[in-house]
Amino acid sequence: MFRRPAARGESTVTEAEPERIPEPAVSVVIEDPAIESKNLSVWYRRKQAIKDVSLRIPRRKTTAIIGPSGCGKSTYLRAINRMNDTILGCRTTGEMLVEKEDAYGPNVDPVLLRRKIGLIFQKPNPFPKSVFRNIAFGIQLHYRANSGELEGIVKSALEQANLWDEVKDRLDESALGLSGGQQQRLCIARALAIEPEFLLMDEPCSALDPVATAKIEDLMFELRKEVTIVIVTHNMQQAARVADYTAFMYLGRLVEFNRTRDLFEKPREELTENYITGRFG
Amino acid sequence: MRPKSLRVRKAKEAAYLAGFVLAVLAALAVLGVLLWSIVAQAWPQLRWSLLTNYPLTDSTRVSEAGYASAIVGTLWVVGLTLALSLPLGIGAGIYLEEYARQSRISRVLQAGVTNLAGVPSVVFGLLGLALFVRAFGLGKVVLAASLTLTILVFPYVVITTREAIRAVPQSIRDGSLALGATKWQTIRKQVLPAAAPGLLTGSIIAAARAMGETAPLIVLGSIPLMQFLPWGPDSLFVVMPVQIYAYFKTGPAWHGVAAAGMVILLLILFAVNGAAVVLRNRLQRQRW
Ligand SMILES: Nc1ncnc2c1ncn2[C@@H]1O[C@H](COP(=O)(O)OP(=O)(O)OP(=O)(O)O)[C@@H](O)[C@H]1O
Ligand SMILES: [Mg+2]
Repeated sequence: MFRRPAARGESTVTEAEPERIPEPAVSVVIEDPAIESKNLSVWYRRKQAIKDVSLRIPRRKTTAIIGPSGCGKSTYLRAINRMNDTILGCRTTGEMLVEKEDAYGPNVDPVLLRRKIGLIFQKPNPFPKSVFRNIAFGIQLHYRANSGELEGIVKSALEQANLWDEVKDRLDESALGLSGGQQQRLCIARALAIEPEFLLMDEPCSALDPVATAKIEDLMFELRKEVTIVIVTHNMQQAARVADYTAFMYLGRLVEFNRTRDLFEKPREELTENYITGRFG
Repeated sequence: MRPKSLRVRKAKEAAYLAGFVLAVLAALAVLGVLLWSIVAQAWPQLRWSLLTNYPLTDSTRVSEAGYASAIVGTLWVVGLTLALSLPLGIGAGIYLEEYARQSRISRVLQAGVTNLAGVPSVVFGLLGLALFVRAFGLGKVVLAASLTLTILVFPYVVITTREAIRAVPQSIRDGSLALGATKWQTIRKQVLPAAAPGLLTGSIIAAARAMGETAPLIVLGSIPLMQFLPWGPDSLFVVMPVQIYAYFKTGPAWHGVAAAGMVILLLILFAVNGAAVVLRNRLQRQRW
């Protein structure tokens, strides 16, 4: 029998079998989740970064996503507020229900979606403007505010982010002159100023020293009763400290989800155990 | 493995540095000689009446000749060219960089724009003559010259705009979008302010280019010896380079006046440059 040699870029396997994704070990049922993905898959061109992830994220709790580098944690996080839309060639299938409504549904405007879902990036990214204007920017995107109102909101956002005392005398200076930890808290204040219902944090402390990290963790502690927080972290101790629930991802799929304590103390999957005991990753 | 000798590495560094310094000095020396020879020739003719008198051809009255109509003409032509080319070029740059970065139309347009920058300028003069002067029936006026120069400087504005916009880090756009900004809010409030110094550089290049062009404007009927001031876009006109060339051609007795015209043109150029630098520093400070 002759077989036609495969053309370049064409897979030799014709009509690939859908990959069998093992069922994740989910040991706790979240009733009435704030965010729920159903069979969510994300591709970067032909490479699948998220594979069929179904995950329920509880309201006004903190959920950590852990897993080795490249397993799709950031991609999953950015799928929640549709930041992946800005990446050329990125495609999403399945459902991402935010308060029961599919974020990818026809009636959802990503601009409004992002307005209620704050996102904190791994590297602090203050705008090249003054401290004040960094915070005022988000407010002025959505509201017509007079200067009195603006000053009030900026102050309370900075206070909420435990940054006010450090910057109250330098509101008109460039935000780029702040330390890394201050910059990251400024980014958090910037997100809080427009009162998001959700806060997504992508390794918010990976560029910070332990003192700055502790300040951000304190902040998360204060916020967790008001907003639903999802944090991606490489730091297992951090997950254990701040998160009520933890999801472990591996190669684009969800492996295990449980209460943080239970996941770390009695992981059900061997993969999870190997990862949290530092045998790989 | 044999270690590399530190002495050799340092010697290499010193040699290259010396080479770079020499290159800079050579450039400065050429510029210096050029300036010196112009100023030396112009010196006997440098007088205030150059700015207020009209052009002459009478060789007995060389010291009364001036550039009034050419100075005003240059300001009109260059000003109108900037008013047309900056919005168009910056707009096109924003579109190509922010909205159509990877699309095929972007690549085709980019190739077109780049090729436009390589066309000899006299060709634009002929194009302008056929299109604006004849087909549109504008006549040989300021507006026709400005439209022609707009096509000529457009590629430079587009290219510098794209570079300035590309230099703005993606993390700033992401931060803005993540707060619920629309794409246009992000461009208007974050990208353009951060790119402003680069945009100004593009404007300076456009202005300098437009100010120095001679060939297309001769084709477009810039008339030396004009005895009145151009009054607006629909006016006949003369510009500095054309007037300088006309004086130069008239005979050796006029070379001093021609050189003095070059000094005036250079001073206008420096003034525009200086204004742009001041504006840029202002903008940079204003960013926070
Ligand atoms: N813009 C992109 N274009 C193409 N592939 C991408 C892009 N971003 C991420 N990927 C790929 O998708 C996969 C998941 O990436 P992602 O950034 O989500 O991983 P991660 O778990 O956040 O990793 P890390 O812990 O290192 O941040 C990786 O294989 C990565 O190479
Ligand atoms: Mg990541």
